[in-house]
Amino acid sequence: MFSMRPEINLGRRNLSRRAFVLGTAQLGALAVISSRLYYLHVTESEALADLSERNRISIRLLIPERGLIVDRNGTLLAANEKQYRILMAGAEIGDAAATLEKLSRIVPLPPENRAKLLQDISTRREHIPTVIVEEASWEQVASVSVNAPSLPGVEAVVGDRRIYPMGADLAHLVGYVGRVSSKEMNDPLSRDPLLQVPDFRVGKTGVERHLDKTLRGRAGHRRIEVNASGRVMRKLGVTGAQHGPSLQLTVDSWHQNFAAARLSGETASGVVMNVQNGDILAMVSVPSFDPNKLASKISQEEFDQLLNDERRPLFNRPTQGIYPPGSTFKMITALAALESGVVTPDEVITCTGSLEAADRLFHCWKSGGHGEVDLQTSLSQSCDVYYYELGQRVGIEKINKVARRFGIGERPQFPMPSLSSGLFPTRDWKLLQHGQQWVIGDTLNAAIGQGFVLASALQLTIMTARIATGRQVEPRLVLAQHGQRVTDEPFKPLPVADTHLDLIRAGMVSVVNQPLGTAYMSRTADESFIIAGKTGTSQVRAISSRERTSGIIRNEDLPFEKRDHALFCCYAPSHAPRYAATVIVEHGGSGSAKAAPLARDLIMWAQYGGIPPLQMYPSEVRDEVREQLLNLKLRGIPPAEPTTGRQRV
Amino acid sequence: MTFIDEKLSPGVVLTHKLSRINWLLIALIATLCIVGALALYSVAGGSFEPWAFPQIMRILVGFVILFIVALIPLRIWFSIVVPFYVAVVGLLVLNAFIGVSAKGAQRWIDFGLINFQPSEVAKIALIMALATYYSLLPKTKVSHPVWVALPAALVLLPFLLVASQPDLGTGILIMLVGGIVMFLAGVHYLYFAVVILAVIGVVATVLLSQGTAWQILQDYQYDRINTFFDPSLDPFGAGYHIIQSKIAIGSGGLHGRGFLQGTQSQLDFLPEKHTDFVFTTLAEEFGLIWCMILLTFFVIIVLICSIAALRCKDRFGSLLVLGISSLVFLTVTTNVAMITGLIPVVGIPLPLISYGGSSMMALMFGFGLVQNVIIHAERY
Repeated sequence: MFSMRPEINLGRRNLSRRAFVLGTAQLGALAVISSRLYYLHVTESEALADLSERNRISIRLLIPERGLIVDRNGTLLAANEKQYRILMAGAEIGDAAATLEKLSRIVPLPPENRAKLLQDISTRREHIPTVIVEEASWEQVASVSVNAPSLPGVEAVVGDRRIYPMGADLAHLVGYVGRVSSKEMNDPLSRDPLLQVPDFRVGKTGVERHLDKTLRGRAGHRRIEVNASGRVMRKLGVTGAQHGPSLQLTVDSWHQNFAAARLSGETASGVVMNVQNGDILAMVSVPSFDPNKLASKISQEEFDQLLNDERRPLFNRPTQGIYPPGSTFKMITALAALESGVVTPDEVITCTGSLEAADRLFHCWKSGGHGEVDLQTSLSQSCDVYYYELGQRVGIEKINKVARRFGIGERPQFPMPSLSSGLFPTRDWKLLQHGQQWVIGDTLNAAIGQGFVLASALQLTIMTARIATGRQVEPRLVLAQHGQRVTDEPFKPLPVADTHLDLIRAGMVSVVNQPLGTAYMSRTADESFIIAGKTGTSQVRAISSRERTSGIIRNEDLPFEKRDHALFCCYAPSHAPRYAATVIVEHGGSGSAKAAPLARDLIMWAQYGGIPPLQMYPSEVRDEVREQLLNLKLRGIPPAEPTTGRQRV
Repeated sequence: MTFIDEKLSPGVVLTHKLSRINWLLIALIATLCIVGALALYSVAGGSFEPWAFPQIMRILVGFVILFIVALIPLRIWFSIVVPFYVAVVGLLVLNAFIGVSAKGAQRWIDFGLINFQPSEVAKIALIMALATYYSLLPKTKVSHPVWVALPAALVLLPFLLVASQPDLGTGILIMLVGGIVMFLAGVHYLYFAVVILAVIGVVATVLLSQGTAWQILQDYQYDRINTFFDPSLDPFGAGYHIIQSKIAIGSGGLHGRGFLQGTQSQLDFLPEKHTDFVFTTLAEEFGLIWCMILLTFFVIIVLICSIAALRCKDRFGSLLVLGISSLVFLTVTTNVAMITGLIPVVGIPLPLISYGGSSMMALMFGFGLVQNVIIHAERY
């Protein structure tokens, strides 16, 4: 390549020509950037230097108002309250320490806070102000305004504070807001400048968290010219903030209040749903906490107390708490058996109190046995042996398939963070999780909703609603957004035979309405509002064989954390289902004695639009119910509506 | 190719070679480096830490590299062009997998002691590869479609790898430098016209489709494009840089505010004040006159290179030197256009002045090659 070639002369002339063209282009580019520099340096210099020297352009964020949250009747669940704040904005302050010193004569500023504030002021970008006083009094605001000339950069502004008028009732559902964590601030997916605002609050739990970006709105900004002492000289332009849209939830705050009061004292969750459109009418978790405290100021001590409370008040039980569903799961086992044709509704299985499988005895809850049991009796009396037998016949795979159709082991579609999917075990799952082979005992336990099976109150409500309607009911929590009501779309039918569902429904009706049914005491006396349901009492501990021979210890004699969970899920009215409800009382003892009456009251509230009238209860329980209802600590009496059926005690 | 007989004693050869180095070019480079170190000293508020001291160390290492590269015979560089290009492309691919993310893009490879930005070296490797290609290709075949497709692929490969980091600014720079070398090599004008028209066509189609039934990109992607072209739509992001940068330049005026007196940069108004926006500090503190003198230094460097290239008998050397000088010029103009708000902020540093090791080393390597050609090439 280094030798002379004949064509090289031609090439050289060509190269010179091309280099000349390139040089010309470079000169052109040079001319453009030089004139641009000249323009900025000289022509615009005065204006720009002015901005830099005496008047600086300052960009201030305009904070949008957070969207309101209201219940289905328009009652406020989360609102904003105006409060005065005293702010100090970054670069306009000459000597921040001196200014703070002057400010401390107006508002109390302990020296230790002052050092922290000074550091904040010096490290923040110019358009982000530092909050000096969070809640200032009117007198303080007035004296700051009067002394404005000697307080450069200090501003008194009106800000928002989030309040929750319903307090603890909806604490878990609505959630609360809190300061932006450093993790949220550095999230590369969300570069909202609002997050940099020091006192900005974002949703931490519940709907506030899940729909945070919607509720937050969008920041606006204001470009202003300020002089060296921080006085605003000229407004250059404003882009208004877009306030967060209001959000209407499906819950009824009166119903919620009633449910919370009715369950109070227990460690429990309760859910009431409209099965036609999936609307969640009430969803309570007790014990609860005051979201107003968590949203503004809570001492470390109080917070630790909430965190370390054994009853875990911060835990949202209806969506996060998962329990063995116990006998409430028997409908699924029965459906699986009917569907695979291994049992007919009239076939009689004899319950002797236990069943032997794989060299082990599996016990029924009734030690003497139920005798001859058919499908309906098996549900109404909740016979375990019947379902052991069915489980053996149908196998775990089939039960799993049916369970998933009804939402057990599936993550519900629900606008809340931290939803639990519960669990329905399979062979693979056990091998993977426990490194053990599936044994027949696992199938038998799963058939009665024990063993590895876990479900939340929300999931059991969905299951009940799907049994009641035969449709793929999904829960709904948001009724209207941006002022636009969501449309009711009918749910798709489930791939389950109606004849099978009818058998199960008849069984559930008999649970509540037949004298031997496990929830007979929780029936209504209203012909038009017959409840159908299923009790469940799920074991927390294994009962040893020694204990069986010496007599099983009664639940009340056990330590609290070893007592059984009490469950009840139901729908009503049985002839044309409108509502479904579930109550789970942790360590509540028995489903029929503890959970069923609670769930009955919750679902009856939905029907009567208020405290259920006494005459709707069967006569033998009226005295007890009157006592219970009279002792409720309710927020007030719900506003009367001119509709029939709204009657009160 | 060289008139120096390699059989002479090494000492004599070295003296001969050193006597042929263009010392004016060395002086200009050194001056610019010193100005850069001063600017870094100033933006740190009059302190050698955290930027000026490491930069001075890099400058010293850079000059060692420059001299070593300059003194190694040119044919040795010529013979390793192919493995060098392959290795750099390999590094770019590696970067996609193990690169360190910074500001949403993977541009760095962490080699333990030093972080290394392969895209900086890729520019030099591309120029070397193209210069080699055209020195071997008979002149008559230069505009033949097949022989145009091959160098086009050499350009597109690093472009795609860098642009997908994503570092579109550096990617476009690679494309432009590649195009310039091909242009200098004599590829027919029509090819360039077609490419330019095609790019305009594609961009126009994408932009015009917004809001129509056949919209090509998603809405949010258009939002990002719009902010890219009009930073004032995003006053707290890209727009913030430009507003503050313009204020700094304007407040410098003709004579500047004086060394260490620039309030915009000293008061932390300027983001990236030590890297891409370092020129802004110089503009604020030294004013227009010295800015123009600084630019003139770059122009003189380009002139020295161009003269050397045109005097060089050998095609490889000519294209190499012109390619490197075009790269320097292009980088300078892009950077100044960016900080004065003429073009969107694309993350291109100012050569020899901005803080940054990879860019400094790659440039010193490039200037070493330029000196090498000046020393070794036969002249007309």
